[in-house]
Amino acid sequence: MTLTDSLQQRSQADRPVKRVKAPSGGRNRRVREAASGYAFLLPSLVLLGLFLFLPLVWALFLSFQKTDGFGTNTWVGLANYRRLLSDPVFWRSTVNTALFTVIVVPVSMALGLGAAVLMNTVLPARGLFRTVIVLPMVISGVATALIGVLVFDQNNGIANKFLGAVGLDGVPWQSTGFGAFTSVVLVTLWWRIGFNMIIYLAGLQGISPDLYESAKLEGAGGWQQFRYITWPMVGPSTFFLMIMNVIYSFQVFDLVFVLTKGGPGNSTSVLVTYAYDNGFGDARDQGYAAAIGMFLLVVTSVFTVIQWRASRTRDLVD
Amino acid sequence: MAVIPSAPAAAAPIAPVYEQRTPTGGRLKWLRLAAALVLAVVLVFPLYWMVVVAFSPRDELLTTQLRLWPGHFTLEHFDRVFTSFPVATWFGNSLAVTVVVTLITVVVNLMAGYAFAHLRFPGNSVVFLLLLSTLMLPVQVIMVSQFQLITDINIYGTYWGVILPTAASAFGVFLARQFILGIPREVIEAARVDGAGSWRVFSRIILPLCKPLIAVLVLLTVMSTWNDFSWPLIALQSNSLYTLPVGLLYLQDQTGSDFGAIMALALLTVLPVVLLFLFFQRYFVQGFTRSGIK
Repeated sequence: MTLTDSLQQRSQADRPVKRVKAPSGGRNRRVREAASGYAFLLPSLVLLGLFLFLPLVWALFLSFQKTDGFGTNTWVGLANYRRLLSDPVFWRSTVNTALFTVIVVPVSMALGLGAAVLMNTVLPARGLFRTVIVLPMVISGVATALIGVLVFDQNNGIANKFLGAVGLDGVPWQSTGFGAFTSVVLVTLWWRIGFNMIIYLAGLQGISPDLYESAKLEGAGGWQQFRYITWPMVGPSTFFLMIMNVIYSFQVFDLVFVLTKGGPGNSTSVLVTYAYDNGFGDARDQGYAAAIGMFLLVVTSVFTVIQWRASRTRDLVD
Repeated sequence: MAVIPSAPAAAAPIAPVYEQRTPTGGRLKWLRLAAALVLAVVLVFPLYWMVVVAFSPRDELLTTQLRLWPGHFTLEHFDRVFTSFPVATWFGNSLAVTVVVTLITVVVNLMAGYAFAHLRFPGNSVVFLLLLSTLMLPVQVIMVSQFQLITDINIYGTYWGVILPTAASAFGVFLARQFILGIPREVIEAARVDGAGSWRVFSRIILPLCKPLIAVLVLLTVMSTWNDFSWPLIALQSNSLYTLPVGLLYLQDQTGSDFGAIMALALLTVLPVVLLFLFFQRYFVQGFTRSGIK
């Protein structure tokens, strides 16, 4: 808080001068306005500069070094990146992350859209339903994953008991890669439907009811209304959600780290858990972890740029 | 935590709900209700199950039968967790970290938002874009170098090691700028003519008008800080400094699969945020919609 204190002092010192000069306005005032502009930005720039920009630059340097976690760094050029290319666990983690993304993004968006359409109609206790759908969003990743551990326990979990009750075999959630991967996907869906629903609901509420009225006059059924009015009209929301969900999926960490720890084997290892294992596990190979981080940065940036360009085009069109 | 500035239709006004007036409207209504009920039950069940397990006696947890509610109600798991683990300390740590991070982030972001909205200075838009670009930077990319940084400046293993990197977020700058832009210029000019300096304008005029914005920023920052896991996991070493999410993981490591204890602590961990959400749902939803945070 000392920064804000000093700001306050400075502008108080300014005030008597300002009172005299204010009527004449002009250049002096512009200079002062610019000065206070920078002053108001200073805390933000100091914090972000020190704890985001500096580490980002350092991460790039680090990715060209071999480290053992005890301060001895050696410059190794592109060795970490060459190692990535031939590291089967890295490729496994990349494929897992991509697979996770390809499954979770469309499914969670479809569920979110379905829920939003439902919540946009006349429904008893609509507010309560909406609360329930959004609620998982505020549950911490660790608690969510631990509930997942409980529900999907393969020996005595409630999920397998349900399956047993309807005459099905229990799923080996922990001992097989397929089971573990499925549990991660299901828990993620539970967590994400709310967000997708909120964004879609905002999009739906921007559609004029007149469109539906005239479609009905033309004799369009429910599905046709959805296909030819709702779906095109929520296009911008769909695009936005797709980008956001892809980016989040590539950053998935908490859920996997607590739910499966990347196992069994490396069957649920994803990019961030693998980077964490390398940087903070036994190897303490932080240079290598930084190189994995750089790969993640490139992937994320591509999608961010797509989103940014598209929203710019949209702004220009509007 | 990541934010994207342009959730489409985010600010769309609430439109009237269109009503189905087709002959099949009645049946359709029941179908919709049934679908909503199924969805709600599936989504609530995991949370319900957490509560059931937290209050069920141990022998009921070990049974292989399918039972959906506790036969007996017990607080034994809460007792055990509180006597064997420094839960109150963890709770206090989480609270302290959350309060300080929220204070810093919200004040710093409001100040920056005010500068971008109402003060003219060279480089305004470049700096704004620079700050926005940080929102899409995955913190996981820099976790290793952030760790080395806090080690180098000797705050590894302290509260500040958790607090400062967490508080370094431009989340809220965009929302603050938009909101403050909506305040009529005349209000500010009038104050200026009366001789108020920038800080005075900010603290006496802008801030009081920003209460809804501040509510959104505070609630979302509190939620994400309270729930944050990966950074405290990296930045803290001794279990007396753990925040609740890290403590939860520690409890799981220590007890293996003592689900009663784990769910008891999980329940205590999520309860404050759930209550905040239930009381201030409107602000949460506004924040989620307008900032794309999740």
